[in-house]
Amino acid sequence: MADKTIKLMQGNEACVEGAIAAGMRFYAGYPITPSTEIAELSAEKLPKIGGKFIQMEDEIAGISAVIGASIAGEKVMTATSGPGFSLKQEGLGYAVITEAPCVIVNVQRGGPSTGLPTAPAQGEIMQARWGTHGDHSIIALYPWSVKEIYNTTIKAFNLAEKYRTPVILLMDEVIAHMREKIEIPNNTELEVYNRKKPTCSPENYKPYEVKEGDLVPEMAGFGEGYRFHVTGLVHSESGFPSGNEKVAENLINRLIDKIEDNKDDIVEVSEYLTEDSDIAIVAFGATARSAKSAVDTLREDGIKAGLFRPITIWPLAEKELLELSKKVKRIVVVEMNMGQYYLEVDRIAGKFTKVEKYGRLNGELITPEEIISFVKEDQYAKSTN
Amino acid sequence: MPSQLINEFFRTENLPHIWCPGCGNGIVTRAIVKAIDNLGLDKDKVCVVSGIGCSSRASGYLDFNTMHTTHGRALAFATGIKLAKPELTVIVITGDGDCSAIGGNHLIHAARRNIDITTIVFNNSTYGMTGGQYSPTTPTGDKGTTAPYGNIDMNFDLCELAKAAGGTYVSRGTIFTANMLIKQVEEGIKNKGFSFIEALTTCPTYYGRKNKKGEAVDMMNYLKENAINIAAYDKLTDEQKDGKFVVGELYKNTRAEYVEEYQKIIESFSKER
Repeated sequence: MADKTIKLMQGNEACVEGAIAAGMRFYAGYPITPSTEIAELSAEKLPKIGGKFIQMEDEIAGISAVIGASIAGEKVMTATSGPGFSLKQEGLGYAVITEAPCVIVNVQRGGPSTGLPTAPAQGEIMQARWGTHGDHSIIALYPWSVKEIYNTTIKAFNLAEKYRTPVILLMDEVIAHMREKIEIPNNTELEVYNRKKPTCSPENYKPYEVKEGDLVPEMAGFGEGYRFHVTGLVHSESGFPSGNEKVAENLINRLIDKIEDNKDDIVEVSEYLTEDSDIAIVAFGATARSAKSAVDTLREDGIKAGLFRPITIWPLAEKELLELSKKVKRIVVVEMNMGQYYLEVDRIAGKFTKVEKYGRLNGELITPEEIISFVKEDQYAKSTN
Repeated sequence: MPSQLINEFFRTENLPHIWCPGCGNGIVTRAIVKAIDNLGLDKDKVCVVSGIGCSSRASGYLDFNTMHTTHGRALAFATGIKLAKPELTVIVITGDGDCSAIGGNHLIHAARRNIDITTIVFNNSTYGMTGGQYSPTTPTGDKGTTAPYGNIDMNFDLCELAKAAGGTYVSRGTIFTANMLIKQVEEGIKNKGFSFIEALTTCPTYYGRKNKKGEAVDMMNYLKENAINIAAYDKLTDEQKDGKFVVGELYKNTRAEYVEEYQKIIESFSKER
């Protein structure tokens, strides 16, 4: 048997294949363009492997059913786009505080509101981070190719299970609908992480108790003999609601720390020709593909450009951005929005280097030529020279 | 000394409960637990899901697999649990606002699917936990903190709604007839499909006080005097029905159940293999 299978696959299809390889056995959602193929393929494939698919009555029901199935012990996913992602924010917050592992895919489209349904946009960078109410941390991943969608979906499931958290997979419409060659490794090669199950007796089980040196509690499933309570209210390690300020503080801090303290494990960035570059372009998803092409052309023209591509959008790659800021003279953040990620890059890197934004949003991709001319025009350099 | 039922099925460390004096929620909760006891269900295989509001706090007091979810969404969470783990007996506890206002769409669709979930609505005709605002079941003309001049909305008949949407067991009981309520919950759990039990209960603190309905005992008496069993109710004239409401088993039907239908699809593939 060959060690890999080579296929021509669509991005949304690669997402479903990756999810199934990672162990997804439950999908609930509501169809919305441009994410619909994820629901359609899940509906087709899941019952064939004993999994379940359900088309719920709305987006909120979709994420709610997914969380219910997660607490019942399954690996779960839902997918949506734009306005649907807004509706899912209530459930996202519930999954954060109840520590229900789940993967939420958002194939972005233009907004606000119903916006541009079939056109690409990268407008939910900040909504992914802060869309639900309250303080918390979040993991959001951002692939740039069909092959990477497959791998990143597996990574999303692994991180969700490992850290007992919702993981957001941000995708671009053009990659979700694009077909590319992809190599699918044999399942034996895959690293698949499953949530830690309790080893104690049911009488001693506390669903939100953490062991020394670990910030993630062991997770039983409903029906496995551990009767426990789950609530969206602030709760003690026993799982029951508490209004105690110390309990609240400990819980919220732990929810943040379990992600922020493990950034070395979670954060993944890809750098291209940044070693000796004067100018770094920061971009993700489809925009990074244009940026890579722009970097190649700029290099041909004698300009030392490089690409810094965060695959983990959240938590922020602060350490890596800081390192970058110390070696380049200029950072240009290119994104299909009006400067959402730029704000964070500037916050981190702005102390050490010049950070600029090139953002546009009209449903059209940002082209390599636009990036090249933005870099070459360098209004800042002209005004200071 | 707590009753045997409390020792066996309640998380006594979480008591006392937060409900006001005169609240009927305890009677409904007891009916649910008694029905589970009568049916001899394994506690590890019972799952109680609730939404938000006074009634929905009951899940925290009960020693089963329990989940206190978001406002109105209990049925959506429960659908995920039931589909993922069909072997669980899934019971949803909800209030009138939780179930029929913010959660109205989920109720309609859970009933339409005829998924094997038993829903018990604690109907006290008001939003209790938020301070006595009018709900979809507040009778037209009655007052609430957001209806200071009287509510002009038509009130929902939740049983008619559940029946029309496709539920296969529908009944209405009151906290005055507690034994009948136990039987209704038992029948609901036994029914293979979506079961809907409306339990009329009392909120003397908000609804009662706002509408001059008297003390808890007066409100219980109101339920006693105006609830007519379906067998007798059907024989009444329209005039006699005025001001009365029907209780008892209102609808029963047999129809394909959702999780079983999905299982058939899965099995059709395992046969292929």
